[in-house]
Amino acid sequence: MSRADVCVTACADLFAGDGEVLASPMGPIPLLGAKLARATTEPDLLLSDGQAYLLGAEGVEGWLPYRKVFDVVAHGSRHVVMGANQIDRFGNQNISCIGEHARPARQLLGVRGAPGNTANHKTSYWVPRHSKRVFVSDVDVVSGVGYNNAAELRFHHVHRVVSNLGVFDFPAPEHRMRLLSVHPGVTVQEVLDNTGFDLDTSGTGLTREPTERELALIEQLDPQRSREKL
Amino acid sequence: MRDKTMTAAEVAAQVADGMTVGIGGWGSRRKPMALVQALLDSPVRGLTVVSYGGPEVGMLCAAGKVAELVYGFVSLDTIPYDPNFQRARQSGQIAVRELDEGMLHCGLQAAAHRLPFLPIRAGLGSDVLRLNPGLKTIRSPYGGEELVAMPALELDVALIHLNRADRHGNGQYLGPDPYFDDLFCLAAKHRFLSCERIVPTAELIAGGPPQSLLTNRLMVDGVVEAPGGAGFTSCVPDYERDESAQRRYYEAAIS
Repeated sequence: MSRADVCVTACADLFAGDGEVLASPMGPIPLLGAKLARATTEPDLLLSDGQAYLLGAEGVEGWLPYRKVFDVVAHGSRHVVMGANQIDRFGNQNISCIGEHARPARQLLGVRGAPGNTANHKTSYWVPRHSKRVFVSDVDVVSGVGYNNAAELRFHHVHRVVSNLGVFDFPAPEHRMRLLSVHPGVTVQEVLDNTGFDLDTSGTGLTREPTERELALIEQLDPQRSREKL
Repeated sequence: MRDKTMTAAEVAAQVADGMTVGIGGWGSRRKPMALVQALLDSPVRGLTVVSYGGPEVGMLCAAGKVAELVYGFVSLDTIPYDPNFQRARQSGQIAVRELDEGMLHCGLQAAAHRLPFLPIRAGLGSDVLRLNPGLKTIRSPYGGEELVAMPALELDVALIHLNRADRHGNGQYLGPDPYFDDLFCLAAKHRFLSCERIVPTAELIAGGPPQSLLTNRLMVDGVVEAPGGAGFTSCVPDYERDESAQRRYYEAAIS
């Protein structure tokens, strides 16, 4: 079992209880996690090929071009796992640019679908390299909406963040980021040292290890072990 | 029926300084690159470009054609960021209206329907509203929920590229995704379609299911035959993205 395997199962656990919704994992580890979840506890998850098709267990099962993705977003039957160039203590996420938006120090993607995703349906994040550059007290541009900006958003739900060091959530009522668990081999101090704001660590546990069956499935889903290139 | 065939240069000649130009496709997928090249070859300047941005945005920025960009993202897909677009942004060369990509869709839909705005939830709570002070919200008259009033994105010109078309403007996509090309046409005053091959109308019907006929005659003013006209972006099933050509574009842009 490697750290990557733990991250994959942590990402799979993001989808626990989601049922028949579109899982939209961005990045190889969340994608493996979604596939693992569907192969184990969440068989009804829908997955796209990243282009215009829905892929069932036995191949293409449906059509989902971008215009229909927007319909699913607005309908709310979706759980996205996005990346984050920055994420803050209330779960605001930035993929737009670093610095002043009028003249950024570094231009990134743009807000993409982050505002619409976070306004409409369950959203989680995956951060492959946990650092103070990513975990900042306040993001430069709010692309994905965090809890302190979500008062008017009745469908807002930032579920969890998974990084290469641990799993984080935003418990009510303050919705400040909490260290839910550290991955095996990671210390709480190591997480704190790499996070640019205070984390609640009072109930921090240990991220569960993948079962034998899960490890076999991960191996089957990713025989080239591309997951190890976190 | 009118013969609407023309050359890419003739399309570019109809684009005047300061116009708002919508560009179809998505990221580095089925972009009307032959028409964009004609714009690059023309003296036109000061454009407002509306796009699900790919390499055409970077190229137009690098050539100094863009005054303002309306976009949700700019990406080369297999390469996350376009260096020419980054440079234009980081040097403050262009004005921007950065929107959620669903808002872009919504604004095109509003223009296509000749509505001043359409309500949408995307954007609320995010910095999209802070960064676009012209954007207003509206309260539902049925129960009071506040929503973004996404203004119509009215275009002077739409440029799109499809797999097949006849000389009258009936256009066909043969890949898995229409993107938003039909909507760009409906939102625009002047609509230009390039295609891999101009074929007799009957061949369109034989070439794919009726759902593949994305544009009809009333949506198109000019048809350009441009084999390879989306390259180096993808135009499946005619061709995949030319990754090595895209890589060369990227390397040239960062050097």
